[in-house]
Amino acid sequence: MTRTAFERQLTEIQDDMLALATMAEAAIERSIDALKNRDVELARQIIADDLKINEKRYNTEEKCLELVATQQPLASDLRTIVAVLHIIVDLERIADHAEGNAKLALMLADEPPLKPYIDIPRMAQKGIEMLRASLEAFKDRDTERARAICEMDDEVDALYEQVYHELLTYMIQDPQSIQRATYLIWVAHNLERIADRVTNICERVVFMVTGHVQELNVSKY
Amino acid sequence: MTVSSEARRSRLLLRKANGAVFMVFCFLATLVGLIMLAVLLIDVLRDGLGRLSYDFINSFPSARPEKAGIKAALWGSIWMVGMTAVFAVPIGIGAAIYLEEYAPRHWITRVLQTNIANLAGVPSIVYGLLGLAIFVRQMELGRSLLAGSLTMALLVLPIIIIASQEAIRAVPPSYREGAFALGATRWQVVWRQVLPTALPGILTGIILALSRALGEAAPMIMIGALLFVPFTPSGPTDRFTVLPIQIFNWISRPQEAFHHAAAAGIIVLLAVLLGMNSIAIILRHRFQRRLRE
Amino acid sequence: MTTERAPLLVDARQFVKPEAGRPEPDAGSGRNIVEVRGLNVWYGTFQALNDISFAVPENRITAIIGPSGCGKSTILRCINRMNDLLTGFRAEGEVIFEGEDVYASGLDPVDVRRRIGMVFQKPNPFPKSIYENAAFGPRINGFRGSLDEIVERSLRRAALWDEVGEKLRESALKLSGGQQQRLCIARALATEPDIILMDEPCSALDPVATLKIEDLMRDLARNYTIVIVTHNMQQAARVSDYTMMMMMDENRSGVLVEYGPTREVFTNPKDKRTEDYITGRFG
Repeated sequence: MTRTAFERQLTEIQDDMLALATMAEAAIERSIDALKNRDVELARQIIADDLKINEKRYNTEEKCLELVATQQPLASDLRTIVAVLHIIVDLERIADHAEGNAKLALMLADEPPLKPYIDIPRMAQKGIEMLRASLEAFKDRDTERARAICEMDDEVDALYEQVYHELLTYMIQDPQSIQRATYLIWVAHNLERIADRVTNICERVVFMVTGHVQELNVSKY
Repeated sequence: MTVSSEARRSRLLLRKANGAVFMVFCFLATLVGLIMLAVLLIDVLRDGLGRLSYDFINSFPSARPEKAGIKAALWGSIWMVGMTAVFAVPIGIGAAIYLEEYAPRHWITRVLQTNIANLAGVPSIVYGLLGLAIFVRQMELGRSLLAGSLTMALLVLPIIIIASQEAIRAVPPSYREGAFALGATRWQVVWRQVLPTALPGILTGIILALSRALGEAAPMIMIGALLFVPFTPSGPTDRFTVLPIQIFNWISRPQEAFHHAAAAGIIVLLAVLLGMNSIAIILRHRFQRRLRE
Repeated sequence: MTTERAPLLVDARQFVKPEAGRPEPDAGSGRNIVEVRGLNVWYGTFQALNDISFAVPENRITAIIGPSGCGKSTILRCINRMNDLLTGFRAEGEVIFEGEDVYASGLDPVDVRRRIGMVFQKPNPFPKSIYENAAFGPRINGFRGSLDEIVERSLRRAALWDEVGEKLRESALKLSGGQQQRLCIARALATEPDIILMDEPCSALDPVATLKIEDLMRDLARNYTIVIVTHNMQQAARVSDYTMMMMMDENRSGVLVEYGPTREVFTNPKDKRTEDYITGRFG
């Protein structure tokens, strides 16, 4: 097989990307744990770890740049590298949203929870599922799967609507709860953004396979 | 460790020694040739230089050795070589062009090629016989310069053809391709690219051919070049003699004085040869310079 | 690999501006200056090209890429009938140049070659002066009139005038490799061809000379049509508007594998063989 060094480097950046995805996934899960358990230490840890995630992204980006400069990739190789470059941006943003949730968990840790957290963890779970599935679709170069994942975003959007209206009701009924409710809305918003980012990743997977950029997440409005 | 490096060094010395021996051998071989040439030249010069004078060049042969001159033979040779060139050069170059540029790659062409090469090796006296039979007798040209130079032209034709072919073959195909790609006909390619580039090589061939023509005695004797000629040729139908024959004539006489005359004749012959070669070399140099600059 | 046919709701390509100076492949006159239909070529009993069909659009640069020995140069030489000079050459099919089949029985190859310029792999200026090189084409075609103008115009178009305008009588062999190749281009331009064929014109040149010639090609493409055979894929990608991918079939005959706008062939080729060759997985 010719171009063994190139092959190796190409595999390496993809592995790096998958590692970054795992880190982002962990960040989402841990941030919701920190919220549920009012775990201040965990929240602080997540915030600190976000720096590592950023570093990983820039590392991978540099490797991609080097690959393009030295190996003149074309056709599917080029599309793969370009896809990786875009996806790591999305992954880093996802981790940023998780870090945002960790900060909100810190702020909510002082007081008891407004209500038992049901929908919010469900949103987080869906987001994690979508993220995992999108990286699977990347590995398998599976455009059908990528498209299907985008359907799941509708579920997350619906959950967000639900959480939003529920918290609105709380705020109207009890002005004391406005601060906590607001924070929780932000948490839900972060999780909704995470799901949106995953659909971006799916678009990039489709691009990588077909060479066409196609908007997959069309708003219902 | 030291043992093997010493062994290596002694092997290296042996290889170098072999190389040196070979070089010395080659040098000696060259030396032999040069020495022989030098000996010949010195002998001739010693023998004939004294005899050489303006009178010698300007007088006709005579029964008296002191009066004998080389005028007739000299002019006869010049006429003969000149006319040979007139016949042989165009035909030779033309044949070479045809064989290299136009002839199809057929087995017939190969047969033709082989035969031309063989012709170069045919003894010159055979050409003399041929000339006698066809030019002198059949075509009734008599024992004239015309017959003689036609015979000589046949003799030297293979040399010119082969040398010209080599020169034409040596023209880089990229020149031809470039010319064709611009829309040149084959004739234009030959005339404007191939011939000018091959000219130095062709000239070399012509020099070789004419030098040979100058020095051949046997065919001329067969044609009937005279031995005693008291006139210089004034036209192609005249009778004639050439330098080699005159020299041979004088050498065969018993008188010592004629031998000196012969030596002087050889000097003249060599001088003419040298002159011809020099002109050709100058011409070739000029053409090569034009190609390269 | 099949291309997606789902309706594009947002096509990102609308946001991508074409490179300044490089016209959109689908705009322009759309006329094809050369059309090859069903070309089959034999050298003796060996079939070198197998059923080749393609078109060369006017005023565009078309690149032919592919592994060694797959017949790229053969195609080029079929267009201007240079292959006729090789023994055992036989061609079937049509090569339509400006409406006429180049291989039609009434047509003289010499006339065809006059209207088609060719530049070779190794620069091959004639062993004459620069002036004589540039003037050779018009001269042999019986041009009567001032050759000086033609020489200057051709040298200017080949971006060489500034460097040699003062020394036209010097030997062309004294020029550098890159200059010699530009002289060969000028020589080809002097006969006002409609199309210029280039057979790996930069493979014997250093990188700087190569880039100069690539710039020159883009300039020339405004007024001439160019077909270039190249081993260098980056060059094909840089320079051409359309790319043809050739390959050998199991009988070692050349076949046309893919043909399309350069942008697409190099980012999203349709044929796996093209993909493999371009990404270096071939062989």
